[in-house]
Parts: sequence; C-alpha cells; structure tokens
Amino acid sequence: MMSVTLNDYLILSTIIFMIGMYGALMRKNLLMLFFATEIMLNAVNIGMAAISKFHGDLTGQMFAFFIIAIAASEVAIGLGLLILWFKRHNNINLDSLQSMKG
Amino acid sequence: MESYLYIALFAPLVGSIFAALFGNTPRKLFTGVITSGLLGVSMIASLNLLYYVYTTGNIIHVNMLDWIVIGNVNIPFGFVVDQVSVVMMVVVTIVSTMVHIHSIGYMDHDRSFNRFFAWLSAFVFSMMILVMSDNFAGLFIGWEGVGLCSWGLIGFWYEKEDIKRSKNLEESPFSTLSPYSSPSPSWAANEAFIMNRVADLAMLIGIFLIFWNIGSLQYDTVFAKIGTLESSTVVAIAIFLFIGAMGKSAQFPFNTWLANAMEGPTPVSALIHAATMVTAGVYLVIRANEIFTVVPEVGYFIACLGAFVALGAASMALVATNMKKIIAFSTLSQLGYMFVAAGLGAYWVALFHLATHAFFKSVLFLGAGNVMHATNDEINIKKMGGLKKHMPQTALIMTIASVALAGIFPLAGFFSKDLILEVAYGSHAYVLWTVLWLTAGLTAFYSFRLVMYVFYGKENYDHDKVHPHETYTFVIAAMTPLALLAISAGWFKEQFIELTTKVLPPLEIHVTDAMLWSLIAVTTAIAVSGIALAVLKHRKDETYFSEIFKNRTCYKILANQYYMNHFWENVVSKPYGKLAEFSWKELDLKLIDAIVDGIAKGIYGGGEAGTSMQSGNLSKALKWMGIGILVLLILVVAFGNLK
Repeated sequence: MMSVTLNDYLILSTIIFMIGMYGALMRKNLLMLFFATEIMLNAVNIGMAAISKFHGDLTGQMFAFFIIAIAASEVAIGLGLLILWFKRHNNINLDSLQSMKG
Repeated sequence: MESYLYIALFAPLVGSIFAALFGNTPRKLFTGVITSGLLGVSMIASLNLLYYVYTTGNIIHVNMLDWIVIGNVNIPFGFVVDQVSVVMMVVVTIVSTMVHIHSIGYMDHDRSFNRFFAWLSAFVFSMMILVMSDNFAGLFIGWEGVGLCSWGLIGFWYEKEDIKRSKNLEESPFSTLSPYSSPSPSWAANEAFIMNRVADLAMLIGIFLIFWNIGSLQYDTVFAKIGTLESSTVVAIAIFLFIGAMGKSAQFPFNTWLANAMEGPTPVSALIHAATMVTAGVYLVIRANEIFTVVPEVGYFIACLGAFVALGAASMALVATNMKKIIAFSTLSQLGYMFVAAGLGAYWVALFHLATHAFFKSVLFLGAGNVMHATNDEINIKKMGGLKKHMPQTALIMTIASVALAGIFPLAGFFSKDLILEVAYGSHAYVLWTVLWLTAGLTAFYSFRLVMYVFYGKENYDHDKVHPHETYTFVIAAMTPLALLAISAGWFKEQFIELTTKVLPPLEIHVTDAMLWSLIAVTTAIAVSGIALAVLKHRKDETYFSEIFKNRTCYKILANQYYMNHFWENVVSKPYGKLAEFSWKELDLKLIDAIVDGIAKGIYGGGEAGTSMQSGNLSKALKWMGIGILVLLILVVAFGNLK
C-alpha cells in the first residue's frame, strides 16, 4: 500500500480551496458565501497541519488553531450581521447589498 | 588691504541696488550723484590697491566664500588682485566714474534717468567680478553679467519701433550713411545678446575642457598643470576660449553687433563698447596667457584675425557718416591691434594698449555724446560742421583724443600702438606689420575726417531747429581727467612694464636701435600724412572723395559694412527662423504634442472605461479580486525567482 505523502495533502488542500473559491465567487446567497469562506480557511488548515507534521515543526499546527479560533469569531459576528440584515430586508441575496455604491 | 578689495568690488553694486529702488520713479538727481560717488569710492580703492601692488609687489588673494563644493569639485568665490587685474580695475573704475558723471548731464532730460544708473553701476560691478575673479567660473559669471547689462543698456530706449529694411543707402538701417544705427534699440540689444551667447557656448566648452582635464578652475592650478596636457587638448581649450573672446570683443565674424550697439545712449558706448566690456576678450587672452603660450599656432591665428579685423574695420570707417559708428569701427580696429599683440605673445603690450585705448576712446565717445546733445541727436557728421566756435572745449578734447588715437608723439596712442607695430616687426610677421601700418594711416585719416566734418568748415545743420551750445561745466570736468590720461598714459610705460612683467612674460623681440627708429619714423609718417590729408582736403573742398566714389561697388560694400549684417540676417537668422517654425508646427505640434496628448487621453479614457468595475456589487468585486490574484500569481510564476 502506498503511503500518503505531503504532496497528496497539498493537492487535497488546493482542491478544497478551489471549491471554496468557486463558491465565494459564484454563489449569491450570503450564507453560502460564509460556507465557502469556511471551506477555504479549512483548506489552508489542512495544508498547514500537513506541512507541520511532515517537517516536524509545531508552528504550522499552532497557526491552524489560530485560524480555527479566528474563523469561529468571524462566523459569530458575520452571522449576527446576517440575521440583522435578514430581519430588515427579508432576503440575503448578495446583489441586494449595494447601499455602498457611490 | 582686503577691505579695499571689497570696497572696490561692492561699491558699484550698492549704487546699482540703490538706484534700482527708484527705477520706476521720475528722474531723481541723487541717484546719479550717489552712484557716481560710490564709483568714485571704488576708483580710490582701486588706485590704493594699484599703489600697494606696485610698491610692495605683493598680490592680494581672498576666498570670500565657498560656492560649489560637491565631492572633489571645489569652486569658491575667490578674488585676486595681482599686477594684471589691478591694471584692469583701475582702468575700469576711472573710466566708469567719469562716464557716470558725464551721464548725469547727458541723460538729464531722460525719463528713465534712475533706471539708467542702476544698469550702468550693475555693469561696473559685473566687470569688476570679471577682472578680479581668481577662477574661470567667476570670470564666466562676470562675463555673462556684463553681457546682460550691455543688453539692458543697448536696448535702453526699447520703446522705439523697428525701421524698415531698405536697399537705399540713405535709409537702410545696416548702412553707415543712414541716420539709423540699427533697425531698433531692442533689435540691437537682442542681436548683441544672442551673438554673445553663441560665442559664450564655445567659451563654456573651453572651461568644461579645462575642468575635465585638470579638475580645477583656479587660475594657479590650471596654469601650473596646463603643460602636462596633450597638445591637442590644449589647442582645443585655447580655440574654444578664444571663440568666447571673439564674441565679446566683436572680432570677425561676430563683429556686427558692436556697430549696431551704437543704438544705445552714448555714455554706454563710451563705457561698454569702447573702454571695458569689449576689451574683456583681450583680457581673457592675457589672463590665460599661459594656455596660449603653449600653443603658438593658435596665437598666430589670433594675431592674423586681429590684423584682418583692424584693417577691415578701419576701411569701413572711411566712408561712414554715422558719427558713433565711425568711432565704433575704430574701437573694433584697435581691438584688432590688441589681439595682434596678444597673439604674438606680447601680452603686456596688449594690456598697455587696452589701457591707453580705454582712456582716449571713451573720451572720444563722450565728446561725440556732447556733440549729439548739442545738435538735437544728429548723428550724420555731414550735417554738422563749424561746431568749434560753439563748443570749444569739446572740440579740444576730441582733437586730443583723435591725436592720441592716431598715435602721434607724445600722446598715449603713440607709445602703445607703435609698440604693437614693433612687436609685429620683431616677430618677423612682416605681413601683419604691413597691414597694421596701413591701418595706422587709415586710422589717422578717418579720425580727423570726423573731427574736420564736425568742428570745422561750413555750418551744415538746420539753423532754425539746432542751436548748438557747450554742455554743462561738470561734464567737461568729468572728461578732463580722461583727456589728460589720453595725453599722458603713455609716459608711464617703464613703470607699467616693471609692474606687469612680474606676471606676464617679458617681450622677446630683437630689433636693432636703428631699425627701431626707422620703424617709428615710418609709422609716424603715415599717421601724420593721414592727418594732413584729412585736414588739407577738407580745408580745400569741405568734403572728401564720396562724390567720385559714390556709385562704385567698393563704396557700396564699405557703406553696407561688407554686407555682414545682410549675411547674418539672410543666411543665418532667416533660415534659422524657418527651421524653428518648421520644428514648431511640424515636429512640436504634430509629433511631440501628439505623443503627450495621446498618453493623457489614453489614461483618461482608461479611467473612464474602468469605472464600470465599481458597480457596488459585492459579488462582482469579489470576482475582480479573484482576477487580480490570478494575475499576480501568473506574474509571480512568470517572473518571480521561485528557487
């Protein structure tokens, strides 16, 4: 049986990141945008953890924890804002979010 | 002694600034008096310095302040009073003091009286910088300064309209028979300024070459190291410096501006275009004598050009009836003499002639100013006549100056001009000697032709309009010291030699005593016969040979100043104007402007088109961001050093 190498992890990480990026660029639903963002962040986490493991350096895993913590707080604030927006406008379509247009 | 140096240098500047404060106000007598007084102070300081340098043999060298200090470049504002520059300082300050006093009378009725004195004193300050600087950069500043002040003074009456060009000798502004000295004062001022600028470019190249090869512009350093350079480099330096001198001293082919500059007020002609500024070229050659000594072939060219100009200018003066132009041609001719002496290596002789010439020529011009003032600005000598009984003192002074100019013993011109002829003979330059000898005869003739036409014979002016009168007493008093110097300056030859040969090379000519006396006799003979011809012919016919020669080609050529003005205007100025217009309309507007406008329009249009990106839609913005990242990634992969 072939052992799993660092490259495999990085390829997995890249594929997941691409999926997340596609979602972030293409979806109009704000909630989906959050999911896509989370996917991208976790793709990076996979990469970090894998490199950390293969290089025997814990710094990468440390970073992954930080990212998880920051992502959680980001989602908390983001969801709060999203609920507020939904209460006021009754939808969460991205195209309706244009009040900043000059 | 240093304080005398600073007083001599800065007194004219103070006067100039003071007078300039009143530049736009009506005539105030005190501006003239104060500038003249300050010039007098400068003169006394210069005389003191002369006495000090002469008695002790020391030179005064000061470093006033640093000017350009970058890396190895060190050009200070330094001034030196040595045996050469002190002679120039004394000549400049004496002549300019007397000219200032004379101008108070001459410019009496002019509405720009104050402005005149501001310019005139500024000129003297620039001239002092020029002669006193201890390096080529300072000399160049003074050189440009005198050029600027000359521009302001030639074009002093700038409000006059241009005169139409004409083929008729009586009306053409380029003819010496017409009442006009040039198309207009502003035209003449610009001509002088631009022509000098062209020559100054060459001088600047010469200075660059010096700096490039030696690394310093200080006279001491440059002269100490000039012998170590390759001879071709020294030749180039000498030629470029001399082209600058040709412009300032109006040598062929830059000669036209001097005669046209007669458009300015007459005291200006006396100070700038006879005594001081035009001799700056000679001064440069004398000052840089150690450069010119290394390359005698350039010196020989200078001498030949000088002799050529001496004869050419004297011949133009033969037919001219424009009084100021006659004197201007004579200045040109005497400058030619100085260049012959300097070119043949007799530098102190050139300086000696420069000094004596400054005295008798400036007083000749001032006398011409008196005459013009008395005859309502008449400039045609054929429309004067018999003025001696109305203005006896001016007549006496101008006669003295003319005798000095002709080189008759014991007046100043005899000592200096004869010496130049001896130098030419002693250097075995017999052709040059012959040319100068002929010129001496012509000089005597045209000088006395002028004196006879103006002061003797029938009164040819319009008696209803012109009432000739002697000028103010103080004006005559200002001219008297110059007239006395015109008589006596030559008597100090021995002291002058003792003084100047401490820095300038001594004369090395070998002429036996018998030869010397016969040279003097021959030269005096031709000068006396020139005078005699002028006087006797006028006594007999009241006119000269113009009726006989009137329609001959040679007469027309001389009256048109060898068509030099026509040459410059038609062969140089007009094609240059056409070229400039072509490059303006075709190159500048259609090419350069199109490129610049194109860049601006492209950026403007791009900005306009790019505003559609700013739709405010978050999803579109995210897409643009994605594209941006992609582009950056591509750039990193393509150009980044990933190893």
